[in-house]
Amino acid sequence: MKLLKCIVRPSALERVKEELGKLGVTGMTVSEVKGFGRQKGHKEVYRGAEYNIDFTPKLKIEIVVADEIADRVVGAVKVAAHSGNIGDGKIFVMPVEEVVRIRTGETGDAAI
Amino acid sequence: MERFNGARKKKWSVPALLATLALPTLAGAQELNSGDTAWMLTATALVLFMTIPGLALFYGGLVRVKNVLSVLMQCFALTAMVTLIWVLWGYSLAFDATGMQAGVTNINSFVGTFGKALLAGVGIDSLTGTIPETVFVCFQLTFAIITPALIVGAFAERMKFSAMLLFMALWSTLVYSPICHMAWAGVGGFFWDLGVLDFAGGTVVHINAGIAALVAALVLGKRQGYPRHPIPPHSLTLTVVGAGMLWVGWFGFNAGSAVAANGKAGMAMLVTQVATALAALTWMAVEWMKHGKPSVLGIVTGAVAGLVAITPASGSVGPMGAIAIGIAAGVLCFWGATSLKQKLGYDDSLDAFGVHGIGGITGALLTGIFADASLGGQGLAEGVSIGQQFGVQLISVVTTLVYSGVVSWILLKVVDGLVGLRVSDDEEARGLDISLHNEQGYFLES
Repeated sequence: MKLLKCIVRPSALERVKEELGKLGVTGMTVSEVKGFGRQKGHKEVYRGAEYNIDFTPKLKIEIVVADEIADRVVGAVKVAAHSGNIGDGKIFVMPVEEVVRIRTGETGDAAI
Repeated sequence: MERFNGARKKKWSVPALLATLALPTLAGAQELNSGDTAWMLTATALVLFMTIPGLALFYGGLVRVKNVLSVLMQCFALTAMVTLIWVLWGYSLAFDATGMQAGVTNINSFVGTFGKALLAGVGIDSLTGTIPETVFVCFQLTFAIITPALIVGAFAERMKFSAMLLFMALWSTLVYSPICHMAWAGVGGFFWDLGVLDFAGGTVVHINAGIAALVAALVLGKRQGYPRHPIPPHSLTLTVVGAGMLWVGWFGFNAGSAVAANGKAGMAMLVTQVATALAALTWMAVEWMKHGKPSVLGIVTGAVAGLVAITPASGSVGPMGAIAIGIAAGVLCFWGATSLKQKLGYDDSLDAFGVHGIGGITGALLTGIFADASLGGQGLAEGVSIGQQFGVQLISVVTTLVYSGVVSWILLKVVDGLVGLRVSDDEEARGLDISLHNEQGYFLES
């Protein structure tokens, strides 16, 4: 099993959800996060005082998938969240040792 | 404010102006006019609305989330506390006319006695001009409330609540009431006898609060992290709502200062609208040119600057003078709130001095110019040139700056010695809402 942590633009969420639904991904966890990479932040001006806002709002989508479809899911997120401009985000992929469904006690792929 | 007593009216020569005035007789000798009274009841409510919730929201939106309640609390508590002070002794110190004589400068030219303390003699039948004195007491009270509330903008996000209450109780008594007395208590008052034109409070309200705000910002010092770390407003939406309420409420402030429902009130309303619109547009344009984009905070701040600047002028200028005053206010207050503040490095958090101090001075001085009939104004007193009127205005501006500045500084030092002015570093970092009031403004978790 793999854990995908996808940092994407907030505007990309709906499209990512749609594309993943087509691949049979049945769940995800979304959090509002802030950060910066190459995009850096942006400028805001309040009564002449210019502020560089370094941290840009992003969404972090966490998805756990079976090993077999991990590559396809990564590809789908890559396409769905792509605008071609700096700041589209990143996808981190990492192995998952175990998953437990709390209600039934199922483990492994069956618990995803 | 409209003048009731006859002595000075004789100097006015413009027939159109005279026609709009109530017959010049001594206060109290007039009869109650129900039209005037109805308007002044309304105007009083409008001016109270300027502070709560208008100014409270305007300021509340400009601070960070962790301090929004502290600002709303300061405005609300001031409203209540100043009301008590006003009925106990504030009204008396401001408007009691004991010992005042035309052309005689004595102690009573600067402050009233305690003759009307506890509102002695203010009954259901007492009149001020053509309205019940009870309404006049309330109307003037709303001015006495908003003036200290304006100062809140300078020390927002770092002043102890207890120190704020103590300072404001003293300030209302020792600064607001005397300046109000000099300008508006009638014949024998220092500004009045000089012939100062301050219709609705350029000196009394805005310069007075503005310079006290600057002194407070200097005495309290900067907020943690200012100006290295960004301290952006938490809700410009609230600020725009508050600014809109201020604009609407200001018709009560300026047109109400005619203390009558007459042509003078009508002209005050018109010039208030015009100057405000021009200052809003001017600020927007200047910012657009300088920073590349017109901002919402910019246009609403410009509107407030225009409202401030037209305040002293609203009983003396015409619509064209209002255009000039609006443009001047937009440019000068933009400079005050941006360049001047950055250059001098003080942390006037919400630009109480930059907008009210600079705007008030701009308006008070330009009143002396645009009141002249040749510039579309309602005319200067007979035999008074623009230069002379400007000089008189300048005296009132400097008097207010020096008196309010010095006494505010002394009062702040006294309060600092008694209870301390600033919250602790830890309380400031956690935010005043939690640390001083045990509450938060927004609790959005389910």
